[in-house]
Amino acid sequence: MAPFAMNGAKSKMQGGLMEYFVQQLVNGVTLGSIYGLIAIGYTLVYGIVGMINFAHGDIFMVGAFVALIVITALGLTASTGLGLSILALILVLVISMVVASVYGWTVERVAYRPLRGSFRLAPLITAIGMSIVLQNFVQISQGARVKPLQPIISGGHTLMRRVDAQGEFAVQISNMQIFIIVITFSLMVAFTLLIAKTPLGRAQRACEQDTKMAALSGINVDHTISLTFVLGAALAAVAGLMFLLYYGVIDFFIGFVAGVKAFTAAVLGGIGSLPGAMLGGMVIGLIETFWSAYFSIEYKDVAAFAMLALVLIFLPQGLLGKPEVEKV
Amino acid sequence: MADASPAAKVLLKVEHVTMRFGGLTAVDDLSFDVQQGNITALIGPNGAGKTTVFNCITGFYKPSVGRITMNHANGRSFLLERLADFEVSRKAKVARTFQNIRLFGGMTALENLLVAQHNHLLRASGFTFGAVLGLVGYGKAEAEAVDLARYWLDHAGLLERADDAAADLPYGAQRRLEIARAMCTNPQLLCLDEPAAGLNPRESDELNRLLLFIRKERGVGILLIEHDMSVVMGISDHIVVLDYGRKIADGTPDEIRSDPSVIAAYLGVEDEEVEEVEHQIDDLAGGTTA
Repeated sequence: MAPFAMNGAKSKMQGGLMEYFVQQLVNGVTLGSIYGLIAIGYTLVYGIVGMINFAHGDIFMVGAFVALIVITALGLTASTGLGLSILALILVLVISMVVASVYGWTVERVAYRPLRGSFRLAPLITAIGMSIVLQNFVQISQGARVKPLQPIISGGHTLMRRVDAQGEFAVQISNMQIFIIVITFSLMVAFTLLIAKTPLGRAQRACEQDTKMAALSGINVDHTISLTFVLGAALAAVAGLMFLLYYGVIDFFIGFVAGVKAFTAAVLGGIGSLPGAMLGGMVIGLIETFWSAYFSIEYKDVAAFAMLALVLIFLPQGLLGKPEVEKV
Repeated sequence: MADASPAAKVLLKVEHVTMRFGGLTAVDDLSFDVQQGNITALIGPNGAGKTTVFNCITGFYKPSVGRITMNHANGRSFLLERLADFEVSRKAKVARTFQNIRLFGGMTALENLLVAQHNHLLRASGFTFGAVLGLVGYGKAEAEAVDLARYWLDHAGLLERADDAAADLPYGAQRRLEIARAMCTNPQLLCLDEPAAGLNPRESDELNRLLLFIRKERGVGILLIEHDMSVVMGISDHIVVLDYGRKIADGTPDEIRSDPSVIAAYLGVEDEEVEEVEHQIDDLAGGTTA
C-alpha cells in the first residue's frame, strides 16, 4: 500500500499550533486536489450513464504507470533544471493523458456500451471485472513490486517560521505541492468552462437530463458518452502523475485505495455534481490529513468514511447534489 | 432509395406501417402522406395509435412492417426506420415535441435552443479542441447560433425569459419553447404531439399563431396530433383519422367534418350502427355524403 506520508508531520509537539495547522492545510489541499481530479471522473460518468465506473481508479493507476515509464525514458532526474523539468513534466502529462484516455475509451467500448439498456447491475459487475483486469494486466506487465521514483521537483518555500524553546518549526510548501495545486486548479477551471460553455459540455448536460431527447435533437449520445469517459480518464491520468510525483512510489494496487477515496469524495460532494466532486475531494483530503496529524494516522480512513456516513444521513444528496426528483 | 413518384411535393410518405407489441396491434397497415409546407393533423380517439405512429417516425420504435420515407426538397430521401435515433434529426431533418413536455429542465431556455444546434456548433468548435483553444471561427458560429436561438425565442414570445431555467417557465411557455427547440434543429418536418393539451384559450391562440408562422415563413411540413378540434379544424390543411390503429378517413377538414365513420368513431357506436348514423347525417345535411 502506498505510504500516505506528509511532510512536516513529524511531531505535533514541534512548533506552534498555528504553524502546525497551516502546514497540515497545505498538505491536505495537495491531497484533496488529487482526490478531486479522480472524483470528477466518477461524477461525470455517473451523471451521464447512471453507473459507477469502478475501473476508474485503475485508469488512474495506469496513468501513473505511463507517467513513470515516460519519465524514466526521458531520463528526468532531480539534477535537471527546474524550468526544463517542468516542461518535460508537461510532456509526460500529455502523453499520460492520451494513453489513459485510450484505456478509458476502450473500457467503455468493450465493457459498458454492449450492456447499455441491460439491467442496472450488469455494468456494475463488468466495471468490477474491468478493474480486476487492469490491475492484473499491470501486475503482470510491470511486476508486483513497488516502483520508486526519485524526486524530480525539489526545493520549496518557507511560508512561516517560528523559533522557540522547543526548537525551530517552519511551514513549508514544496515546489512539488505548488505544481500539483496550480495544475489541478487550472484544470478544474478549464473543465468547468468546458462543461458550461462548449457544445460538448452542453451535449453532456443534455444527455444527463434526457438521453432520448438529446438524441432527437441530433446529438450522438454514444459519442458523447465515449467522450465523457475519455475526459474522466484524462483527468485521472493527471492525478496519477501528481500521485507519482508526490509520493514517489506506485504499485498496481494504488488505483483501488485512491479510487475508493475519490468515489467517496464524489458521493460526499453529491454524485453527478461537478463542483461537488471538487469540493468532496478537498474535504476528504483535508479530513484525512488533519486526522492523521492530530489523532492517529491508522484511523484516517475511518475518519473519512465516517464523515461520508454522517453527510449521507443528514444530506442524502451530498453536499452540492440536487435532491432526487421523482419522475412521473 | 430516391422515389420518382409523380407527387414531388410529398415530404413524408408512410406506407403500410404496422406496429405490433406482442399480441397487440397498435398500428395496422397505415399509409398516408404529408405534403411539403402543409399542416397535417393526425386525430382519433384515445388509444387509436397516434403517438405510436409518431414514435415510429422519430425512431423510438422500429415498425414491424412497412416503410417511412422522408423526401427532402433537394431530392434526397431517407428511410426513417433504418436511421439511428440521432440521425432522424441530424440527417433526415425530422423534429418532434412530446405530449408530456421533455425540455432540458436544468438548462436555460437559450441553452435548450443551443443544444438543438449541437452538430453545427460541434463542427465549428473543431470538436471542442478549437473552442478550448479559443479559435475565432467558433466564436462566430456560436454568435450565429445564439442569434438563431433568439430569433425563435422572439417568435415564441420568450425573449425576456431567455436566461431562466426551462423548468421554471409556465406550462404554455414550455410548450412553445419545445417547438422553438425543435425548429432550431432546422427541420423539414415538425411532428407535434398534442401541442395544445392543457393550454388555456389565450395560450392556444399564441400556439396557433406560432404554428402558422412556421408554416408560412419556413415552409416546414407539420404533422400534428391534437384533440382540440378548434385547433385541428382551424389550422390543418389535411386530416388523417385513426381508430384502433387503422386509418378510417383521410381528407380536408371539411370532408372529415362530415365523414360518418369519423363521427361514429368519436361517438363510439358499433359497426352495424354506422349505416344508421350515416342515414341520420344524410337527413340532417339534406342528403349528400361521400
